[in-house]
Amino acid sequence: MSVIESLERMQLRDDIPEFKPGDTVKVHFRVIEGSRQRVQVFEGTCIKRQGSTSRETFTVRKQSFGVGVERTFPVHSPKIERIERVFEGDVRRAKLYYLRGKVGKKARIREKQRF
Amino acid sequence: MAAIIGRKLGMTQIFAEDGVRVPLTVIEAGPCPVTQVKTAERDGYEAVQLGFGASKPKHVNQPERGHLKRSGAGPLRHLREFSPEELGVELAEGDLVTVEHFVPGSYVKVTGTSKGKGYQGTIKRHNFKRGPKSHGSHNIRQPGSIGAAAYPARVFKGIKMSGHMGARQVTQRGLQIVDRDVERNLLLVRGAVPGGVNGIVIVRPD
Repeated sequence: MSVIESLERMQLRDDIPEFKPGDTVKVHFRVIEGSRQRVQVFEGTCIKRQGSTSRETFTVRKQSFGVGVERTFPVHSPKIERIERVFEGDVRRAKLYYLRGKVGKKARIREKQRF
Repeated sequence: MAAIIGRKLGMTQIFAEDGVRVPLTVIEAGPCPVTQVKTAERDGYEAVQLGFGASKPKHVNQPERGHLKRSGAGPLRHLREFSPEELGVELAEGDLVTVEHFVPGSYVKVTGTSKGKGYQGTIKRHNFKRGPKSHGSHNIRQPGSIGAAAYPARVFKGIKMSGHMGARQVTQRGLQIVDRDVERNLLLVRGAVPGGVNGIVIVRPD
């Protein structure tokens, strides 16, 4: 293992659940406001996962008051309190950029069927 | 703090205590044996010579092998002199400079050879502006005027033109030591460092 890889492995969190693009996730994110700390929940569709080991990030998209909002989080960030998967989607691509041009019924994702 | 010679291993990131990502360059630095201490009486100037990087004996020529025998350092690939002022610590022949001389939180400057870019035009090399792309323009990436005509009837020295870019010595100042790994001889420096991966770099206090 290279030195860089070993440094990155040290940063990994093992409490992150499995989720992939197409899933709907709830990200509980710690926000520091001055001296106070509180947890903000960002719920939406995961539209991409990018990078590897400790540098991996994922992007969550949601509609907020009619406006599309995307937020990118580092998967292994200590600022993330926990991630919940609320819906497992069935999609055919790794990057769901096509959702950006769609709203409402057209932005639906099929649910994953398990047999 | 002393100066040290090292090898750039590449870049990564770590999460700081407050969760913010910090960009890092990992440098494998030292251990650097002091191969010679030059004095004003004997050599005409003061300097401390450090060595880095184990080499095969057959790759070190005989005069150099004899020079290294004096300090008992063994065959080394890189030797470099430092002035006693920039070192800031007293070193004697046979001493070892390691990453332990560098305290996390302190600031350093890192010198290396920048990546070679080959023969480049003035836009990339000197940040010139380009000409118009349309309306019959023929000077999209041309350098423009390089001087006047009959007087001075020559081009002044030092005019910025196209030519070889990169592969020169660059020093980046104001880099912070984030952490060190004494066991693996690693220095973790915040930010980018000149040169490519496996390039030889010199870390000095700033």
